[in-house]
Amino acid sequence: MIELNSISKSFEGKEVLTSISAIFENGKTNLIIGQSGSGKTVLMKCIVGLLMPDKGKVLYDGRNFLAMGKKEKKTLRREMGMIFQSAALFDSLTVLENVMFPLDMFSSDTLRGRTRRAKFCLDRVNLSDAQNKYPGEISGGMQKRVAIARAIALNPQYLFCDEPNSGLDPKTSLVIDDLIHSITAEYNMTTIINTHDMNSVMGIGENIIFIYKGTKEWQGCKDDIFTSENRKLNDFIFASDLFKKVKEVEIQNIEG
Amino acid sequence: MILIKAFHTLGEYGQLMYRVFSRPERIRMFLKQYLKEIEQLGVNSIGIVLLISFFIGAVITIQIKLNIESPWMPRWTVGYVTREIMLLEFSSSIMCLILAGKVGSNIASEIGTMRVTQQIDALEIMGVNSACYLILPKIAALVSIIPILVTFSIFMGIIGAFATCWTGIMTATNLEYGLQYAFVEYYVWCSFIKSLFFAFIIASVSSFYGYTVKGGSISVGKASTNAVVSSSVLILFADLILTNILYG
Repeated sequence: MIELNSISKSFEGKEVLTSISAIFENGKTNLIIGQSGSGKTVLMKCIVGLLMPDKGKVLYDGRNFLAMGKKEKKTLRREMGMIFQSAALFDSLTVLENVMFPLDMFSSDTLRGRTRRAKFCLDRVNLSDAQNKYPGEISGGMQKRVAIARAIALNPQYLFCDEPNSGLDPKTSLVIDDLIHSITAEYNMTTIINTHDMNSVMGIGENIIFIYKGTKEWQGCKDDIFTSENRKLNDFIFASDLFKKVKEVEIQNIEG
Repeated sequence: MILIKAFHTLGEYGQLMYRVFSRPERIRMFLKQYLKEIEQLGVNSIGIVLLISFFIGAVITIQIKLNIESPWMPRWTVGYVTREIMLLEFSSSIMCLILAGKVGSNIASEIGTMRVTQQIDALEIMGVNSACYLILPKIAALVSIIPILVTFSIFMGIIGAFATCWTGIMTATNLEYGLQYAFVEYYVWCSFIKSLFFAFIIASVSSFYGYTVKGGSISVGKASTNAVVSSSVLILFADLILTNILYG
């Protein structure tokens, strides 16, 4: 479980995050949603420690990440996996080497054991055939799947995904969402996904936090969205005609 | 304002170097990267070093022959001056200036691209000291391969000098005598020592510019240019100081 206590962050005097508190439970897919520029990525970076918040606490199962020493932070980082918007695979390494990288760095297992584990992770994301290819030779969806395989190689307790569906077609996005959702349940991880993809919100949003101009505006699950009276949330979620119609149908179903 | 910016940059560089010179997480991974960098930065530069050194050696010989030789000058002058120029300045300083262009831009753009594509963030998230993992093998590789490149450059320059004898402007015997005349072994060591400093400047400064890139592809291009310019200027300054210390 990850707990945020009053996280605030400013850049050159401009407040980007204002006292955000939230709880992200394990075994669930926790979503941070909001418009572009609302502060989602800054919040994610504060959680994983790529940025230092000005105020507040980030608790990983009760352990205050921001108060930790270098060594403790390093140990905790080995319990984290992250999937970046751009996949962030290492260009000079093959798919298999990319997945093996965290194992080579931190596992004391033999080469055979490490290779077996990397192959297992690739098999888990259905990419066994691509293990000898370089990131530049595979599609965007496959790159995201490699990133997932790399993220789970060390059996992390916490998984972070920064817009994992960015640049993917709707069908591939569903595959990625399903994969993240099933892996979260399988490994009982605390997963936080940063997204503005409404399909992800409706599909895997077990705990959703809506950020508006740096403040937490709303929290709930995907089913709560249809009945929410929050105007800012409704303006954001049901911006398109398609989703307006979906809402009408859902409300009719609830009332009926 | 410029002074404050310069001190700020120097401070950032110092902080980065502090992170670079820490114990690698896995020696096995460090050695793997080190060997890769030896190939990329050193072995892949041998061609250009040999080519430039050959032609510069030949051109220096011709220029000295045409401009200095007179009935009043000893016959060994051309060989002697050619050797001293190659040994004292060209094979260490000028060759490193050339390498600052080739290797420096390569390092800055590689690390800069890793920064903008979030590969460095990915390393940090994993708990890897990205500065140490990426930069230390580059510095170690370039510093350890540079004496070999200097040696190749000196020999290739001499071969270039001998090649001019085929044109008939002078005899190989005179050139050989000049090349061997009043040889001081210490100058070779000075050349190696200078090149070690220059190699450190090239690898560390270029890495710094690449590592601190903010933005996109335009920033990577700027970082690459800044890396080459700053490395070159620093090499020239260091050359001035080292020459004063080593030969003074």
